[in-house]
Amino acid sequence: MISPMKKFRESEIYKSIFRHKYDDTQRNRALQIVDNVFLHLHPVRIPRHATNIGFTWGMGGITFLLFLILTLTGVILMFYYRPTAQYAYEDMKYLMNDVAFGPFVRNMHRWAAHAMVITVMLHMFRVFLTGSYKPPREFNWVIGVLLLVLTFLLSFTGYLLPWDQLSIWAVTVGTNMARATPLIGHEGPFGPELGMRIDNDIRFLLLGGTQVGPPTLLRFYVGHCIFLPLIAAIFMVVHFWRIRKDGGISGPDTTKKTF
Amino acid sequence: MKYFLEIITKPDNIPIVGLLFLVVFYTWFAFKKARKNDSQEIPDEAKLDDKIQVWPYLVRVEFLGTLIVFAILAVWSITIDAPLEQAADPSLTPNPSKAPWYFLGLQELLVYFDPWIAGVMLPSIIIIGLMAIPYIDVNPKGNGYYTFKDRKFAILTYYFGFLILWIALIILGTFLRGPGWNFFLPWEFWDTHKVVVLNNIDLSELIGIPTKLPDNSLNIWATLFGFTFVTGFFGILGGWHYNKFKKTELFKLMGPIRYWTTSALFLGMGFVVLKMSLRLLPPIFGAYPIKYFWVTPWFNI
Ligand code: HEM
Repeated sequence: MISPMKKFRESEIYKSIFRHKYDDTQRNRALQIVDNVFLHLHPVRIPRHATNIGFTWGMGGITFLLFLILTLTGVILMFYYRPTAQYAYEDMKYLMNDVAFGPFVRNMHRWAAHAMVITVMLHMFRVFLTGSYKPPREFNWVIGVLLLVLTFLLSFTGYLLPWDQLSIWAVTVGTNMARATPLIGHEGPFGPELGMRIDNDIRFLLLGGTQVGPPTLLRFYVGHCIFLPLIAAIFMVVHFWRIRKDGGISGPDTTKKTF
Repeated sequence: MKYFLEIITKPDNIPIVGLLFLVVFYTWFAFKKARKNDSQEIPDEAKLDDKIQVWPYLVRVEFLGTLIVFAILAVWSITIDAPLEQAADPSLTPNPSKAPWYFLGLQELLVYFDPWIAGVMLPSIIIIGLMAIPYIDVNPKGNGYYTFKDRKFAILTYYFGFLILWIALIILGTFLRGPGWNFFLPWEFWDTHKVVVLNNIDLSELIGIPTKLPDNSLNIWATLFGFTFVTGFFGILGGWHYNKFKKTELFKLMGPIRYWTTSALFLGMGFVVLKMSLRLLPPIFGAYPIKYFWVTPWFNI
């Protein structure tokens, strides 16, 4: 008897979707990668050590996966959340108490965010320890540092959105530093001399006011949901592109024998 | 101990407990691989350089990894709720007020430095310094495999910056800093009324130059002393090392720009450590903790 699955794999519909046969040949394995818009991020063949979880710890990949999970759960949260001081907290309460799977989605968003900060730091640790920032990957490390900063900023802006005591005070402490920025903060070195006041310095620009208030919530919301994810996504695209252009995952140079 | 358990099991603190274990594990794991590679002619990675197909050999690893991440996140999200405290109230400051955990290392630095240094200059220098790493490290060895002996200085410096100055300070800030940002041992109750004697003195006062004159204006000699000390720290240590180093092959390879960038970043890190030590260590020996090295009318360091 021919199995239905096998029949499907030989059907016109299957071929119209995947554009190649399924049977296990070198050629089909290669086509599986290059014919698929998502998988063709990969090369077709890579050195064996690059698939070794002991080498990369999978940390960059996990960071990217967490970013995708955060995007998905974040969009769901946006359906229930209004970024105004009047509604934000109430919406969170509603989400946690009355929305089906509301707590699950919010928890997942929050824990994935914590996890992403951890995995990005571990990824960087790994890249350092394998010396993978060395030529020709210098610039991808620089892109990486930008991604690290963006990850922190994404997490930080998101922290404000529940609009509870934890949020506003953590963000108050975090943004208080800005008032001490040299030259452009009203309490920073040479700030007052340059005409900086509490209502015109860099912190004022960041918060949209002299303290963390409703305008801050809106600013952080737009930053968190649109601006920062967009920038982070663009840099991730560059990061991945560069990995390919720099010759794939780093490994010992077996021709020059620099080890 | 009861209080400590309470703190480490706070939902937002659980990831930090996890981070601690992960960092310790991966440090050990990477070091083990490095030692193994160091003991053989050819690193393990070079022995696995035959090419294999991404489908299925990589895609299956990614797929499994995805499943595991989803499983962990699902269990975590079902068992532990994200915190939601009282509604925001700008007139009710909690004590302690803490930044999110990944910034607690920087918040800890606020104890030792004024905000413009701890909150603005140091983070900027860290970011720029990290970006500079690939351009100042000219060592061709240790690219693409775990090793320790081929790049001892780079790895030890990174260990120190990451494990001590970043991770350990986060752990300290999260678990051992209580109300008023005071230090509490794990078994101590976080007493909001804990009284801590503030007997800090400036470095100039240690050698008998008062920072303030009797009419409360700034003593110019204290400012000059501070200037001498801070520039002396960088100048003397930097100059001493330069003299020792300038005839080496490595210096020729690096050139002056790379060398001085590395030197400045490294000494900067040392300066942070010195400032922290002079605050934390003297009380242990019954001496006064040092507050500022250098006081000026515009900024203090
Ligand atoms: C949002 C953050 C980031 C994402 C999603 C990401 C993703 C990835 C992925 C998937 C890889 C492939 C290898 C692996 O998984 O280890 C990679 C490699 C790399 N990443 Fe990242 N990364 C991020 C942040 C960083 C940071 C913070 C750095 C360093 C400062 C960095 C530097 C590099 C370098 C140099 C490589 C090439 C490594 C090699 O060839 O062995 N990345 N990244």
